[in-house]
Amino acid sequence: MTVIVAIPVLVIIASLIQPFSSAWRHLADTVLIDYISNSLLLMVGVGFGTLILGVSAAWLTAMCDFPGRKILSWAFLLPMAMPAYIIAYTYTGILDFAGPVQSTLRATFGWGYGDYYFPQIRSIGGAICMLSLVLYPYVYMLVRIAFLEQSTAVLEASRNLGKKPWQTLFSVALPMSRPAIVAGVSLALMETLADYGTVAYFGVSAFTTGIFRTWYGLGELTTAAQLCAFLLLFVFALIMAERWSRQRLRFHHNSANKKLVRMQLNGWHAYIAWLIGCLIVGLGFVIPATQLLIWASSRWQENLNGAFLSLLLNSFSLAAIAAICCVVVATFLAYTKRVFNSRLELGAVGVASLGYAVPGTVIAVGVLIPVAWLDNKIDFLSRTWFDIPTGLLLSGTIGILVFAYVVRFLSVSLNTVESGLSAIKPSIDESARSLGSGPGQVLKRVHLPILRSSLLTAALLVFVDVLKELPTTLILRPFNFNTLAVRTYELASDERLVDAALPALAIIVIGLLPVLLITKSILNERASHE
Amino acid sequence: MPQRPAPLNTALGTVFALLTFFIAPTFSYGDELNIYSARQESLIKPLLDRFTVLTGTKINLVTGKGDALLTRLRSEGLNSPADVLLTVDAGRLYRAQQAGVLQPISSQGLNEAIPQHLRSPENRWYGLSIRARVIIYASERIDPSELSTYEALSAPAWKGRICIRSSNNIYNQSLVAGIIASQGMEKTEAWLNGFVENFARPPAGGDRDQIKAVAAGQCDVAIVNSYYLGGMINSDDKRQQEAASKVHLFWPNQNDRGAHINISGAGITQSAKNVGSAKRLLAFLANDESQQWYGETNNEFPVRPEVDVSKTLSAWGPFKADQLNVGELGRYNADAIMAMDRAGWK
Repeated sequence: MTVIVAIPVLVIIASLIQPFSSAWRHLADTVLIDYISNSLLLMVGVGFGTLILGVSAAWLTAMCDFPGRKILSWAFLLPMAMPAYIIAYTYTGILDFAGPVQSTLRATFGWGYGDYYFPQIRSIGGAICMLSLVLYPYVYMLVRIAFLEQSTAVLEASRNLGKKPWQTLFSVALPMSRPAIVAGVSLALMETLADYGTVAYFGVSAFTTGIFRTWYGLGELTTAAQLCAFLLLFVFALIMAERWSRQRLRFHHNSANKKLVRMQLNGWHAYIAWLIGCLIVGLGFVIPATQLLIWASSRWQENLNGAFLSLLLNSFSLAAIAAICCVVVATFLAYTKRVFNSRLELGAVGVASLGYAVPGTVIAVGVLIPVAWLDNKIDFLSRTWFDIPTGLLLSGTIGILVFAYVVRFLSVSLNTVESGLSAIKPSIDESARSLGSGPGQVLKRVHLPILRSSLLTAALLVFVDVLKELPTTLILRPFNFNTLAVRTYELASDERLVDAALPALAIIVIGLLPVLLITKSILNERASHE
Repeated sequence: MPQRPAPLNTALGTVFALLTFFIAPTFSYGDELNIYSARQESLIKPLLDRFTVLTGTKINLVTGKGDALLTRLRSEGLNSPADVLLTVDAGRLYRAQQAGVLQPISSQGLNEAIPQHLRSPENRWYGLSIRARVIIYASERIDPSELSTYEALSAPAWKGRICIRSSNNIYNQSLVAGIIASQGMEKTEAWLNGFVENFARPPAGGDRDQIKAVAAGQCDVAIVNSYYLGGMINSDDKRQQEAASKVHLFWPNQNDRGAHINISGAGITQSAKNVGSAKRLLAFLANDESQQWYGETNNEFPVRPEVDVSKTLSAWGPFKADQLNVGELGRYNADAIMAMDRAGWK
């Protein structure tokens, strides 16, 4: 199973054995340095951005208490439903030179072009802001779970030893949450590396834009795949370095049965907590969503029709199927890793989970080539042996699409499941086993109940990701099959933002449903412990 | 003992039910045509629906980016279900022809209707609508007598006054490919170096964004596809209308080779099961009714010069178009990109 999921990524890496064309010389002479330095800059920026936003949000809602904390704890998840390219389009509409903010400034103060300074939204800094605003929920979610599951005894010990809350955060809570922080930030970074929509629209020449420029513009698919393969090797090296650095560390702790004593925030402390919350959620969700609502409301009569309902249904069922497939595969892989722990298995899982850093279109090609090859082989054999043409069995079906999603989003579910699993001490397995439970029963009666919130979180993350996913869907989908993301993209790429607003809003609204479900479930679980 | 996660179980059941529903084979009935289209759905579906009404041929559509569709077509090989490949630029059709996925079409009607420079010399693809890349200028600040050709925009007098989108955009690549085809590489490079120096800002956004920037005063001229201006003129959005009213369209190179044009077009695939209907579709897309529809819906020009154009298009007046075979734009596409990379056009 691991091998099958790893094939598309291997197809891309295998491009390295093909001869290097003269296009490489051109790239190295001109634009390659730009691609690399811009992508690194994006990674550093988004890494810090998501870390700061995600950890502060998690700390506020998990460790502190103030009026309205529960509302904020789910509101922090809202930006996750916002596709990066949509927030980019929306903010450009608002902040661009010709947009309402700058136009109002010019009209109010009588300025003209060049009379005043205004940050250019379409820049690498803008891209970092946009990506951080919509990607921090990965960090928030995982770190929040980690904070909540941390042994209260350890935190209390830290407080009793006279550490201030800040010191407890930096010297105890954060180091203990390292697997979760790393999982969250690396998801955000991989998504950053795979992002095409935002950087392309902002005119930032990053590695992804380079890959597509090489493929579409120069017509060099092999060189493009080779570029992508180098990107993957880089990501792989990073992941391995991180794993190696925490090889000897263990992050198990006793499950917290004691009631967590939250730090009570009163007066202006509570106001500051709210201010931070409103700022993050406002920028990442409320402002762009309001703008979309304004656009959508002006045109909803024309755009809300039967075809729109089928878009809703397609997007929803596709995301649901993919989410469940991903979680099943991820759980399977996480367990084979835990039980067998062989080098081969570790390597294969590592390769398979690289899919998240690959731009969707490239994954699509990695899926398309072996599947079409298999289809044609089956057709050929069936023709020669039985004289029955089978045509293409998998290509152009929902099946190939779901397979591609599993490859692309495996990392999301795997990281979440693994970080949940890492909190379960092996001694628990051992006690259960010594009491006569088989491995299956350990999974069913011990692990699943403990992992429940991690599994749900994984499913939710994939669900929302698939809902927003565009490039893979675009190339692999069957005939006459549209999704909300496809529709939004087609309209937005034609610069018809007003018409694109309704399907974009629908993505956000559907994406919110599981967000509500999941927070409810996490909150309930906590209550049942208490 | 905590309960088993019930939602997970019910969800799994639903999923398997859905899976069988989705993967069930699609049975073909009656006459059908399968199309891979780089032209987005809203800009082709109405015409295809009309074709179905007239001929009874059911049409199945997948839209996407040209090169991605081409890759899908190539890897599916002779078993590909696609009958027709529609693209929005000539370079992709040229590339498809080079890849050997298009078959020659023998159609006297199409050859007579569509001018020679807008179709493949080997009859493997045909242009179906024309998209012109023009100069837009701020009507208050610029006198049209200052403008002449694309080439003239590299003069130092234009420093910091030009807006244009990224060189990732295919229409910019085609524009430069067209200049390479007519002027040769050396002159093109010299032109590019001056031209890129004159940009008012780093290239970003789409063509409409460039028009808005000219209207707002950030730059004096922009190079855009004319249908974007048409779209803004006819927009429901007041802001877009207002921006469009502050600029005028200028037809470049009217005293030499003519304005740069590209096409949207189509070819029939090697794997086509239904060549007869595919040919009928191409003929339909080139008929009077369809040709006018391109103009009215998306402000594109007809490939057949005798067809009447919409009010918006006729207001821009007649123009002289480059007579270079548009397939050449595909031939020089890679050269154009490398030249733009060297000149530092982001």
